[in-house]
Formats: sequence, structure tokens, C-alpha cells
Amino acid sequence: MVERKVKIFTRFNRLWHWSQVISIMLLLFTGFRLNGLHELIRFQVAAGLHTVVALALLLLWAFVVFWLFTTDAWKNFIPTRRGLWQVIKYYAYGVFKGAEHPYRKVFHRRHNPLQLLAYLALKLMLFPAIWVSGLIYLAYGLWSHVDGASFLLQIVANIHILSGFAIAAFVVVHVYLLTLGHGFRSHVRPMVTGFDTVELTPEEEAFLKTSEPWRLQDDPEPARVQG
Amino acid sequence: MTRLPLVLPFSAAVFLGISAAFAQQGTAPAMPADHASTADHSKFEILQQDFASGPEVTAACLSCHTEAGNQVRDSIHWTWEYEDPILELALGKRTVFNNFCGNVASNEARCTSCHVGYGWDDVREAPPEQANAVDCLACHDRSGQYTKLNDAAGHPPLDPVPEGAHTITGELAWAVDLSKAAQSVGAPGRENCLSCHAYGGGGDNVKHGDLSSALIAPDHGVDVHMSAEGANFTCTSCHVSEAHKVDGSRYNVHASDPHSAEMAPGARRDVTTCQSCHTDSPHDATITGVRLNTHAETLACQTCHIPEYAKGGVAAKTMWDWSAAGQMRDGKPFTLKEYIQGDGTARPTYTSAKGIAEYGENLEPEYAWFDGQLDYTTRSEVVDPDQPVQVNKFGGDPDDPNARIWPFRVMHGRQAYDTELMTMLASHTWGPETDTAFWTHFDWQKAITAAMEYLDEPYSGKFDFIDTEMHWPITHMVAPAEQALQCESCHAPNARMAGISGVYVPGRDWQPATILGLLILGAALLGVTGHRLVLLVSKPKGNHHG
Repeated sequence: MVERKVKIFTRFNRLWHWSQVISIMLLLFTGFRLNGLHELIRFQVAAGLHTVVALALLLLWAFVVFWLFTTDAWKNFIPTRRGLWQVIKYYAYGVFKGAEHPYRKVFHRRHNPLQLLAYLALKLMLFPAIWVSGLIYLAYGLWSHVDGASFLLQIVANIHILSGFAIAAFVVVHVYLLTLGHGFRSHVRPMVTGFDTVELTPEEEAFLKTSEPWRLQDDPEPARVQG
Repeated sequence: MTRLPLVLPFSAAVFLGISAAFAQQGTAPAMPADHASTADHSKFEILQQDFASGPEVTAACLSCHTEAGNQVRDSIHWTWEYEDPILELALGKRTVFNNFCGNVASNEARCTSCHVGYGWDDVREAPPEQANAVDCLACHDRSGQYTKLNDAAGHPPLDPVPEGAHTITGELAWAVDLSKAAQSVGAPGRENCLSCHAYGGGGDNVKHGDLSSALIAPDHGVDVHMSAEGANFTCTSCHVSEAHKVDGSRYNVHASDPHSAEMAPGARRDVTTCQSCHTDSPHDATITGVRLNTHAETLACQTCHIPEYAKGGVAAKTMWDWSAAGQMRDGKPFTLKEYIQGDGTARPTYTSAKGIAEYGENLEPEYAWFDGQLDYTTRSEVVDPDQPVQVNKFGGDPDDPNARIWPFRVMHGRQAYDTELMTMLASHTWGPETDTAFWTHFDWQKAITAAMEYLDEPYSGKFDFIDTEMHWPITHMVAPAEQALQCESCHAPNARMAGISGVYVPGRDWQPATILGLLILGAALLGVTGHRLVLLVSKPKGNHHG
């Protein structure tokens, strides 16, 4: 095993992440406005922005799903229990003692097991809950004639609002965890540059050297393809 | 070493695409500005005569317009009677009471001054039967000098005009030139309709709140349809008619009109609704417009597009307390005019004849679910003295596809009721020749007894005054689009939709999910703060980057 600086976040990956960051921030900001938690912008602007950004984010997700399953990227998201306990122990205890994070990123496994579980819950439960409820809400005009439509809308709205707050809570914890260990800047940098230090098996290193040399930042051979 | 990828918010690009895809406009069909008549009535010999009375003019009209009289006599403008098909009640001006002047019966020649006829002096009977008792000129005079006396059962002031006589609009009467009026006839203009409908209840905008003399030549902001800069509509541009039956009932209102624009040949012409021109989805197909079209399934158009009524400098009467009437100063009836309205006119705040009055301008309506059916309390109904008597009642089930949230003007009154029988009482207010009229003798007991005897309705002899409320659906004085209500006019706590049930109004009240969500978010913030505090206290070694 060797540690190498490897491009683990491709350009699309980073575009996805930062577009999602901006979108979710806008959606939370406008969503809070629509629920009367602040009045910094006009209701109409908030409603319009919320709708447009949400539709754009949905389109992005459609591309993401396509990209995940047409590349090997989906393999990053296969859940595992291996090492989960150590990571939990680290955040609950080790971090206070100055311990090193127990997880070593490997190629195709850039998340630690706890992180992975959180992201899976986000992607498989919260995101579907918010966009399904959001689309039903948005399409109210198509089903407003059914009996008790207004009450059903209120239920849909409550599911939507609750999912939104759960995502907001995720964002809080997500950002906070970036500040632990090696610190915020060092944790954010890979999502900016794409490169992070991961452990490679000799086979992986050999494969990347020959097939995807652009992934290796300090590769002695000149890069032929830029990612 | 860092190559910052050019991260555009994905949304921006898609936003442009979506906006472009929906950028098409819907506009209301244009209305003809005026009706180009095929006849110049000044050329008709029969109209070139010196008419001695209104009925003489009508006889001339009917010599050509053979069926016009019968058509009018079959309309509510003539009968003042409305047989409610759902409530199976006889309603209409002849019968109902209100909390303005109260009742027509026993006050005829005054109240029937606005009847579309001549000489109806007893509303216990149907209007006069003579064919020429119909008043054509009230609606069709275009000379501008036709009017009716305010106390002559519909007759116009003619030479010689009685000393101190007034017209139905409250002006000192002048001698009407009937020949000139007859030769001028045409389709009704705004001033024709408004000379009666703006002055209901005995003064400018006393009754409707959204119908006043301000609509004769309104500013754009007062009424977008009727202003000269706008569509320059007359009343009949919207209040379509067939055979002299004019649409737009206050007894059975079109609370909604789920039909699209039906201006095609052969389509029905009997509806006075916004939708009949604007369709039921009138907003542009933008993100906001689509949402507003969905709102139109819940709200009447008027709810957003008439943010205020009693506009244009003419105040509406908002409260009428009859119980204070009858006070004298130095033994004489007196008047106080302490409300100066927008156009500078002083309005009576106290008169010995009518009691205390309150006024308001640019008023915010109240809102309620409404399915169009108005029910009226009658004088035979027992009332509860512990709460305001609802002169008219209405309902609307949020699940009824025809019900909408409507704007209302609420008129507050205080008027006489029978403390034994617990029923509302009529009163004989006008009658300068009688011994009992309140406006002459200022004696309630006499006035009430006379009216109840006249009506042949029971009266115990004991009366007091009771608070009353009357609801008027607001539908005139439509503002230009840019002055329509904004989202936050309703989507905010304690805003215009406060108190409206059966509908989910985002931003009005916190949902259970909002509270639960805030708790979750709070727990997350508390959790990370606690974690950070423990981290700071334990001061781990080796965390040199943190």
C-alpha cells in the first residue's frame, strides 16, 4: 500500500457538490422565508426562486444518477459496517484525546463508513422525501379538485418542511465535522482541487499509472488527459 | 496548485431555460368602447314634442319598442322582488329589511324615487300596471339632465319645480327637459346606473361601499376597467343583459365561474363575472402566474384585485346608529358634518333624522368563504339580542368547488326590534304629511307602530335597539394589476387571511413540521456546539491543524 495524491473528485463530481451547496442554501433561505421564519426578501421572490432552484436541482440530480451508474462512482456508496464502530468511537471519544482519524481513504471508497451511512440516508430518504413532496406540492393545481385537497396539501407541506429541516441539520453536522481533525481548509480542499491523499494497492497504482495517469497529481509522467 | 473549477449555480442556467419556455402572454378580449346606434332618436318625429310627464315619453318609446316595457316589467329592476329558488323565500327590496334606511314599505314615495317607473306609491301592491309607467329615461337618457325627484315615486322634476325639491342624487332639483332627454336616448352610461346605485341608502356610497359617484369618471387606480385611461367600461360592459334582465344579483351571486372565456357566437351572455372575459386561468404562464392560477380555484378574483374599496375620495358609510336619532338642539332637529372625505365634501356624522353615522375611505375588506347564496333575515324571524343580528347570512364550504374566499364590506347598524316578540321592526321614517313619520315627529313609538300596521305585521308595543351587521360582497373598484395584493398581504401571521379556515396558507401559521424541524435543527446546533466545547476543554494534542 502506498499513499498517493489522487484525483478522487472529478470535475463533474465537484460541480455536483458545489451546485448542490448553493442550491440547498438558496432553498433553505427561501424555504424559511415561505414559512415565515424571516422576511428578508419578498414572498413572491422567495416562492419563485424556491421553485426554479428546486427544479434545477432535480435536473442536476437526474444527471448525477446517470453519471453515478455509468461510471464506477456508484461503488463509493456501497454501505459497509467495517470500521464503522471505530469511526463512531473516534468522534465520541478519540477526537478529544487528539487521536488520528481511524479511517484511511482508499480509491473508490472516499467516505468513511459513518459518513457513508449518513450520505446514504440523505440520498435515499431525505432527498426523495423532499423532492417527491415538493413535486406533489408544486403540482397542486393538477389534484386540487380531490376531496380534502387542502388538508392533503398541508400534510404534503409538513413532510416537505420536516425533510427540509432534517437536511438543514445534516448541513450543520456536515460542516462541523469538516472542522475536526486536520481542519476545515484541509477537508474542503479536495472538493476544490479534486485531489486527496488516498491509499492505493500496488495493483490500483499500476492501473492508474497506465490507464488514468491524470488522476495522479505527482506522477512523473506528463499528464495526457486533463480531468 | 489549485484549479478552481468554474462552478456556476446549476440553477441559473436552467432558470433561463424555464422562463423562456413559459414566456407567452394571455390578454382579455377588447370590449367595444361604445355602442354605435343605428338610430338617431332626435330625428324621430314622435320625440319632437313637448312632453308633459315621464309616462308620456314612455308611451312614445313603446310605439316603436313594443316589447321593451313588458321586458322591463319582468325584471327585478321593476318588481323589486326575488323569489329565491333555493330558500323558497320571497326576497327583494319590496320585502327585505337592511341596516341602512331599514324598509321601503310605508316610506314609498321617497324610497321608490329610484324605482324604474312612475308612481309606485304602495309596495304592498305590485308596481303600477299601466304600460307607460315604466321609466325608460332613467337608464337611457344621454342628455345628462334627466333626473328623478327624491320624494315623488320616480317622477322627474318638471317646470315649475317645487321649492327646495331635491333629486335622487341629493342635488337641488332643476326642471328636466323631457323632449331633449327623449331625443338623446342611447345605451346606459355610467352616470345612468350610478344615479340610483351609487346613492342607495340616501347618500353617495352610503350603501355599497364599492359603488360611488367616483365611478362616473374614475382615475385609473380607482377602477381599471371604468377609467378613461383603462378600458372606459360602462356598467353594462360587464353587467350584460338579455331582454332588459341585467345580470349581477345580490341575492344569488356568481361566487365563481368555472367557465373559460365564452365570447364565441352563440355563447351565453348572462354572466357578470371576471372569468367571462378573463377566463378562469388569466395569469401569464410564468412560475408566479401558474401559482396564481391555482389560487383562482380558492380565491375570488376580487380578493386580490380589490385590495381596498371606497376609493376615489368618496367615503362609505360604515356604521349607522338609529338609536341616537331624535335628539334636538334648541328644540330643533340638527345636523353635524364632522367627517371630511377625500374629495373635500363634509359628510353628516349626526342628524336628528338618522342618528350617528361613521364613514371610511380606502377600506380593507373582510374575507370569508362564500358560495354565492345569500340568505336574508326576515322580520318574522326571532333574533338573539346578545349578538349582532345578521341582516344577511351566507356560507361556503371550502370543499365546494363553487365556493371562493371573497372580500366583503361589513355594514354595522343599530336599529329597532321588538323586545317581546324578539323580531326586527320596520319604521315609518318618511311622510311629511302624516302624523307618525319619524323624520317629521321624531317619535319612534309612533313611527314603528305606523309601519307595522301598514305592513300588517305583529308588534308588541315594546321596542329597543339592537346591533346589526350586513355583508356586501365587494366586486367593484378593481385596481390595476400592479396594485393587486402582494403574497405577504395574506401569507403572513395576522394578515388578511387570518381567521379563514379550511385552507392551507403557507407563512400564515407555523406548521407542526416547522416546530419539530426547528427542534431538530436546534438539537443539531446544540450537538455540534457541545462537541466543540468538550473539544476545547479537553485540548487534544496533535490536533495541530484544527
